[in-house]
Amino acid sequence: MVEPNQLVFTDEMPDHYIMDINEDKHEVALSAQDVEVYYGAKQALQKTNLKFERYKITSLIGASGSGKSTFLRSLNRMNDDVGTVKGKIMYRNLDINSSDIDVYEMRRHIGMVFQRPNPFAKSIEDNITFALKQHGIRDKDELAKRVETSLKQAALWDEVKDTLHKSALSLSGGQQQRLVIARAIALHPDILLLDEPASALDPISSAKIEDTLLELKEKYTIIIVTHNMQQAARVSDYTAFFHMGEVLEYDLTRKIFTRPKVQRTIDYVNGNFG
Amino acid sequence: MNAKQVDKIATGILYTIAGFVILVLLALLGYILVQGVPNLSWHFLTAPAEAFSAGGGIGIQLFNSFYLLILTMVISFPIALGAGIYLNEYANQKSKVIEVIRTMIEILSSLPSVVVGLFGFLLFVVQLKLGFSLLSGAIALTFFNLPLLTRSVEESLRTIPNLQREAGSALGLSRFETIGHVILPAALPSIMTGVVLSAGRVFGEAAALIYTAGQSAPALNFADWNPFNATSPLNVMRPAETLAVHIWKINSEGIMPDAAAVSAGASAVLVIAVLLFNFCARYFSKVLYRQLTSSK
Ligand SMILES: Nc1ncnc2c1ncn2[C@@H]1O[C@H](COP(=O)(O)OP(=O)(O)OP(=O)(O)O)[C@@H](O)[C@H]1O
Ligand SMILES: [Mg+2]
Repeated sequence: MVEPNQLVFTDEMPDHYIMDINEDKHEVALSAQDVEVYYGAKQALQKTNLKFERYKITSLIGASGSGKSTFLRSLNRMNDDVGTVKGKIMYRNLDINSSDIDVYEMRRHIGMVFQRPNPFAKSIEDNITFALKQHGIRDKDELAKRVETSLKQAALWDEVKDTLHKSALSLSGGQQQRLVIARAIALHPDILLLDEPASALDPISSAKIEDTLLELKEKYTIIIVTHNMQQAARVSDYTAFFHMGEVLEYDLTRKIFTRPKVQRTIDYVNGNFG
Repeated sequence: MNAKQVDKIATGILYTIAGFVILVLLALLGYILVQGVPNLSWHFLTAPAEAFSAGGGIGIQLFNSFYLLILTMVISFPIALGAGIYLNEYANQKSKVIEVIRTMIEILSSLPSVVVGLFGFLLFVVQLKLGFSLLSGAIALTFFNLPLLTRSVEESLRTIPNLQREAGSALGLSRFETIGHVILPAALPSIMTGVVLSAGRVFGEAAALIYTAGQSAPALNFADWNPFNATSPLNVMRPAETLAVHIWKINSEGIMPDAAAVSAGASAVLVIAVLLFNFCARYFSKVLYRQLTSSK
C-alpha cells in the first residue's frame, strides 16, 4: 500500500534526473560521455553522462557497490588493467579515454587519492618528492617548498615537520591518508579525484580535510566519493547519486539534499533504504 | 572441550613438532661441527689437496666453490630477476602461454640435479666443446638454480600489495618507474632471502658438477689474476673441483690416509660457509632495506 501523499509525487516523479551544465555560463573541466564500465562480461556502470564544473567540488554518493569507485577510477584510466571502459571522457578538448593518450602524462593533471591509504615504504619527505623528481623537478628549494605547502594544505605539517625523514609507514592511518593527499596535491594537478578520503579519519582530521578541500577549490576541480551525507552537503557544489551501477540523479548539492526529484534519491538522502 | 583447551593442545602439538625439527637440525649440525672443526687449521683451509699422503688441504676447492657460486649468481640472478618481474608485473595473468611457462618452471625446479649435470655434460662439455670447466659448471648450475630463483623473485613481488602499484600510476609514474623505485625496494629483503637460500643450494651442490666442472683441481697460481692464463684462479675454462664434489670424491674413492678427517673438515667448512653467508645476507638486506625505504 502506498500512502496517499506519496502517491501524489510518484505520479510525476522521473526515474532519472541529470542536470546539464550550461557550457556558455560555466566552464566544464571534465565531462563523461556515454561512459560504461565492464568487469569481464559484467557491466558495473550503465551509460553515464556527467559534466564537472571547473573549480567546484562534486560529490558522488550512493550505497556500497553502486559503482562510485568504478566511475571515479575510470576518469583517470585507473581501470585500464581491471576492466573495459567505453565512451568518451573529455578533458581540454581531448578524449582521454582514447588509446593514443599518454596516460602517465594525463594522470599528472588528473590526480587520485584512494580509499585506503597507500604511502610508499619511503620517508615522509620522499613520499612527496619521489614523483616530483621522476617528473623532472630537481631544484632542492622547489622540492622543499612543495613538501611544506602540500603538507600544510593536507593539515599534516604541524604533526610531521620535525620527522620528515621518518618512514611514512610509522604514521597512523589517518596521518597516512593526509600524507597521500599531500602527495597528490604536490604534483599540482588540475583535477583531484578522491575516493572516500576521510573514511579512515577521526572527526577532527576529517574536518581538516574538508577545510583543505574548500581551500583547494580555488585552484582545483575536485570530485569526491563519500558515504558521509553531511560531508557531501557541507563541501560540495554538485552531487551525483549512484544506484546499482547507474547515476539516477545529478544536480546542485543544495537541491539534492532539499528537493531531490527522484524517489530513490529521496529515500537515500533521508536514510530509507528498502 | 572448549576453545581454550583445544588451543592449548594445538599449541602444544605445534611446539613439539617444531622442537623435533630443531632438535634434528641441531643434532646434524652439531655432529658435523664436532667431527669437523678439530681438523680445521689455516693450513687445511689454504693448502692444496693431497691425493696419496696425509696433510692435504682444501684451499683450491674452497676457492673454486666460491668462484663458481659467484659465476652462477652473476649469470642466473639477472635472468631470474627479469623473468620474475615479467611474470608478476607485466604478463597477462590469464594467458594460457603464461600458465604453460609457469608449469614448465615448476617442472624444471624439480628436475634432479644429476639429470641437470648429465644434460650439461652432453650439451656444454661435449657438444659445445667447453670441456670440464668452471663455465660448464656455472651454466649447469644456472639451469639448476634458475627455476627456483625465478619463483622466489616472483613470489616476493607478489607479496607487495597492489595499492602500491596504484599509488605509483595515480602519480603519473610509469610501470617501470614504479617497479624500479617502489616495488623492488619493498620486495628486496624477501628477494635477498631467496637469493641466499638458492646460494646455499648452489654452494652445496655436487651431482650437477661432477660431469661439468669436473673432478680435478689443478694447481693454481694465486699471483696470476689474468683470466686468460691457464693457471690463473680467474680462468673460467679450467676444470674446477668444488668443496662438495671433493667431499663426495673422498668418500667414494679417497685413498689418502687421513680421508675421514679431510672429509669431516671439508663438511664442516661447507656448513659454516653456508651459515655465514646466510647471516651476512640477512644483515645486508636489512641495512639495504633501511636505506631504500628510510624506515628506522
Ligand atoms: N576489479 C573488479 N572486478 C570485478 N568486479 C568489480 C571490481 N571492482 C568493483 N567490482 C564490482 O563493481 C560494482 C561496483 O563497485 P564499486 O567499487 O564501484 O562500488 P562503490 O560504489 O565504490 O562501493 P563502496 O562504497 O563500497 O566503495 C560492485 O558490484 C563490485 O563488486
Ligand atoms: Mg568505492
